[in-house]
Amino acid sequence: MANKKKGQTQVCVYPDWCKGCGICVAFCPSKVLELSALGKAEPVREEDCINCGFCELHCPDFAISIRPREIGAACPTFPSGPPSNGEAC
Amino acid sequence: MATIRKKRKKVEVFAQGNEAIAEGALLAGCSFFGGYPITPSTEIMEIMSQRLPGSEDGVFIQMEDEIASMGAIIGASLAGRKAMTATSGPGFSLMQEHIGYACMVEAPLVVVNVMRGGPSTGLPTSPAQGDVQMARWGTHGDHSIIVLSASTVQECLEMTVVAFNMAEKYRTPVVLLVDEVTAHTREKITIPHAEDLEILSRVVPSVPPEWFKPYAEATRAVPAMAPIGSGYRTHVTGLTHDTMGFPTSRPDEVNDAMKRLFRKIDQFYGDIMMVDEFMCEDAEVAVVAYGSVARSAHYAVEQARERGVKAGLLTLKTLYPFARPAVEKLCRKCRHVLVPEMNMGQISREVKRVNNGLTRVRTLNRVDGQIITPSEILKAIL
Amino acid sequence: MADVTQLIHDYLRHNKKFPHVFCPGCGHGIVLGSLIRSVHALQLPKDDVVIVAGIGCSGRMAVYVDFNTVHTTHGRALTFATGIKMANPRLKVICVMGDGDALSIGGNHLIHAARRNIGITALVLNNMIYGMTGGQCSPATPQGNNTMTTPNGSLEQPFDTVELVSAAGANYVARGTSFHAQQLDRLITDAIQHPGFSVVEALSPCPTQYGRKNKFKGAVPMYEWLKKNTVKLENRKENDPRIPVGVFRNLDRPGLEERYADLKAQIRAKGQGR
Repeated sequence: MANKKKGQTQVCVYPDWCKGCGICVAFCPSKVLELSALGKAEPVREEDCINCGFCELHCPDFAISIRPREIGAACPTFPSGPPSNGEAC
Repeated sequence: MATIRKKRKKVEVFAQGNEAIAEGALLAGCSFFGGYPITPSTEIMEIMSQRLPGSEDGVFIQMEDEIASMGAIIGASLAGRKAMTATSGPGFSLMQEHIGYACMVEAPLVVVNVMRGGPSTGLPTSPAQGDVQMARWGTHGDHSIIVLSASTVQECLEMTVVAFNMAEKYRTPVVLLVDEVTAHTREKITIPHAEDLEILSRVVPSVPPEWFKPYAEATRAVPAMAPIGSGYRTHVTGLTHDTMGFPTSRPDEVNDAMKRLFRKIDQFYGDIMMVDEFMCEDAEVAVVAYGSVARSAHYAVEQARERGVKAGLLTLKTLYPFARPAVEKLCRKCRHVLVPEMNMGQISREVKRVNNGLTRVRTLNRVDGQIITPSEILKAIL
Repeated sequence: MADVTQLIHDYLRHNKKFPHVFCPGCGHGIVLGSLIRSVHALQLPKDDVVIVAGIGCSGRMAVYVDFNTVHTTHGRALTFATGIKMANPRLKVICVMGDGDALSIGGNHLIHAARRNIGITALVLNNMIYGMTGGQCSPATPQGNNTMTTPNGSLEQPFDTVELVSAAGANYVARGTSFHAQQLDRLITDAIQHPGFSVVEALSPCPTQYGRKNKFKGAVPMYEWLKKNTVKLENRKENDPRIPVGVFRNLDRPGLEERYADLKAQIRAKGQGR
């Protein structure tokens, strides 16, 4: 939450896990997200994101990831890579 | 390298059945007791509360009820301990829920039920044998279970050790049924030295955690068991589970899991089935008995022989799985088979089922809270 | 913030069916996230954490996390946890229960675990209803609310989990909500490292069963209700009708397993054993 400047972040929603409950859409202070026609959350005003982290903390389905914006970088495929400590489960 | 075994001094004590059970449990390596007081089994709990805190890693805990006692010992068993509880009829009714859970997750543990008159509060300090069928079928759902019994104080000790060994070997709850008379009778017993006993402990996995399948088909159909906290992060559930321990409702997986639960006990029938035969070789009249009634029957058979009647006694030490071959042998050659019990006919149902018309099965029942005397049995034999 | 979701994924059993079984908007997923972040914040090894869950929606949580997990019988999770903790006090035992699980069928076990003050963390996920069986009245359903078994409104008073376990003797008692996820993170983190019995009640909305029958139009109004109707304990004024959240009790008495270890040491010192 150090950086509250707009436009520093990339909002990734994994549609496979999103159940379209609308919590992120309703409570986002900058109204970054909207429900798509398919009933999944979708970042439509990504440049307004202030990196508050609310959606990431409150997504009951762990389907939203906020990451630093890199020009031209696409959201990673889901699940977000193998577990980082290399432990298989 | 020859080692000379020092001849150990015999340890003989004057003890009651409940004390012998506690002694047997400690010899078998029991290090966790969770219980709730109930007559006539309370002495077991009292002795464990004195002995366990002073032992190496022993844990004693008095729980809030029998449901909780069973929960605690299943938890301890999952964490790698040899655990037990002791109770009597009303408490045993409460334990049924978790006996089913223990069957499902294959938690080795021992439940001692000192039987008293029932149903309900019944006759708290009088003997009965009314919990036999409940020990087999008490919990809901189809399941396989081992039920043992003891008829003397010495046997209380020995069968407790056997119960722990079977629990560990087959990863299953084992019920030890004792009646109030046996539990409160005092007599001289010999306490064996721990090193003279064969003590079995559950198989732990030898493969690395990522290869481990906690409920996979294994030798003897009994999979290895990883204690909680040993690095094998398993999921334990009372839902029907697959070989990895995760819930499943796929018919093929459910079928495999359920059939294995039965097979792991059924295929070792010969090992589990324990009976004592007394003068059965040439018997024309046979008595099938268990618990304290077997002692009366023993005396009655001796008396009958003195009077020239060829009587024999089959004492059932394992009640379930039922000792079919031994009973069937008697049914084939005897004029009649007598089943005396302190209930309205629970083991006699099994004997009649095995008999299947071979001979005449007679019952001798008593439910007034009094023991069945040798003279009653003798009268029925003659 | 970038790693919040990533770190949760590190603690999930990815070979299990995801997305998880909880309904859209169910607060249980948020509490699960909080639990994982707390374990991560305390740097507990996965092998040392035991999740013991009861039956019901909350009970399904155990299967998804890569710890030692035990899914027990209805209401009895605390009895299993007691056995595990006493058998191996090194383990961090966390008990996940629902309101029906902990307060109704397991009410006896809850107060006795609190009385014993055993070193277990109990997480009571209160959605004020029996969700999995289809929305029946639970002991936490507020008076007057509609459920499947109280079609004309509930006549009975609900339990106050916090007061109940405080009176029964728990060391650490807190209440959080799944709307206040950051606070819930802190509460669960505190509870796990606290000695003795610690209880965190997490108010966790059930849009499918509770919401539908009590005039909430979906998940979002329920979270708005939580926002509006809760107040931090330290800011609460007298006669405030809102639900207080925060830490209600914070004692440092030793847990049962510590007292038992002391007893064993005493007996050994006296040479009394055997």
